[in-house]
Amino acid sequence: MNQIPHHPQIPIFLTINGTLHELKVEPWVTLLDLLRERLSLTGTKKGCDQGQCGACTVLVDGKRVNSCLALAVSRDGAEITTIEGLAENGELHPLQVAFIERDAFQCGYCTPGQICSAAGLLAEGHTPSRAEIREHMSGNLCRCGAYTNIADAVEDVLMPRIAAKEAAE
Amino acid sequence: MNRFEYIRPATVADAIAALNEPAARALAGGTNLVDLMKYDVAQPSRLVDINRLPLKSIEITPSGALRIGALVTNTDLAWHRDVREKWPILSSAILAGASPQLRNAATAGGNLMQRTRCYYFYDPSTACNKRQPGSGCSAIGGVNRIHAILGASDSCIAVHPSDMCVAMAALDASVEVEGPDGKRSIPMSGFHRLPGGEPERDNTLKVGELITSIIIPKPDFGAHHTYLKIRDRLSYAFALISVAAALRVEEGIIQDVRIALGGVAHKPWRDFDAERSLKGERVGTQSFKQVADFILRDAKGQGDNDFKIELARRAIVRALEQAAAGTPQDQADKSIH
Repeated sequence: MNQIPHHPQIPIFLTINGTLHELKVEPWVTLLDLLRERLSLTGTKKGCDQGQCGACTVLVDGKRVNSCLALAVSRDGAEITTIEGLAENGELHPLQVAFIERDAFQCGYCTPGQICSAAGLLAEGHTPSRAEIREHMSGNLCRCGAYTNIADAVEDVLMPRIAAKEAAE
Repeated sequence: MNRFEYIRPATVADAIAALNEPAARALAGGTNLVDLMKYDVAQPSRLVDINRLPLKSIEITPSGALRIGALVTNTDLAWHRDVREKWPILSSAILAGASPQLRNAATAGGNLMQRTRCYYFYDPSTACNKRQPGSGCSAIGGVNRIHAILGASDSCIAVHPSDMCVAMAALDASVEVEGPDGKRSIPMSGFHRLPGGEPERDNTLKVGELITSIIIPKPDFGAHHTYLKIRDRLSYAFALISVAAALRVEEGIIQDVRIALGGVAHKPWRDFDAERSLKGERVGTQSFKQVADFILRDAKGQGDNDFKIELARRAIVRALEQAAAGTPQDQADKSIH
């Protein structure tokens, strides 16, 4: 077997929340650890670190993924959006507003992942029912059990958009 | 996680060359491999990141078959318009599995390469013939609620966890691979294997071979199909039992039938004799019960999972009733009708 250097540094580019980062990372560093430990973007949470809880959900090229299961090197060139990047010009994202209005959390640890996941759901463009919202949010666990309010908050943002889209068609 | 060499080839040929050592692994979505590496269950010497290879397209071939590039994500495959219209059982099975986040990263090829979710396989402090050949099987005589009822061996009672593969088995898919000795096509029924005395081998791929695409013939079942998945939670859980069923019926007589089971064996379970026995029979609960009994004739429980035999029997009958009625299982509203 080839000798593997102790700290091989692989150059990658990532655009994170609109800012281009030129980075060097070991190939075993996950996107989650890169965000939290190297870039101090600690809004993205480490829950199970196994792809089972969804707390680490971020958007990669607009699609929601578990950042704990993504090796950073394999996402070279991608655009990453984390919870820190959802607000625009000092205005909270509508999902952030809805989560506050609906009190869609208790401890708050799953919330960044819930909101990024819901942002991914909005972008997917499906026209879900309440049952489908619950199904499409099933990759995000909330151990406090705030699911009812989470589904309400997502529905608040999603349903008017669907209605507007259908009216436009 | 162990230290490994990282290579990102630009061509299939370079990828195959890089994969030509026993402990090298291809990295696609990483949703299973990276997880296993965190537990030190997988310890690759080299990761060959295949994400830049041109294997991301979904095409309809001139004969009307579906060709799925190995790197097509589960999401893109499940929501593809042609797949939803013509191969709905495949779309349904994929949407029954994992979560949207995982499906966004996981690929078709990677789904085929998924490893078992046996608790002991995941725990390096226990004996497991699949993880460490010759060490024994902790699941036999251990906690085995989720384990196999068909095709198990004295060395392994693990089950294959995929939903997608169950639908692909029912649809007579074939797996196109390319390796040091060239290209070959493996029928889905011969891709995954039973554990026998070599449970460390999940499938029949050879060292250096790479899945390039999956081909599924044009089906002929109309609305007469279903993917019924029974699990401990309503969503985001592996199958205890799943059934992909499809029927072609003329004047109440079964002309063609496919039944594939998930959660029961080391591979998606097809029983061609059972399917043949149902052809020419009249559609109805009685013939469905008979075929369920036939499929499960050699079923064997391990203690905790004895309930799966009766659960499988009922799931097969229910799935065939859904297929016959043309009312496929809804994967959002989980009520079973």
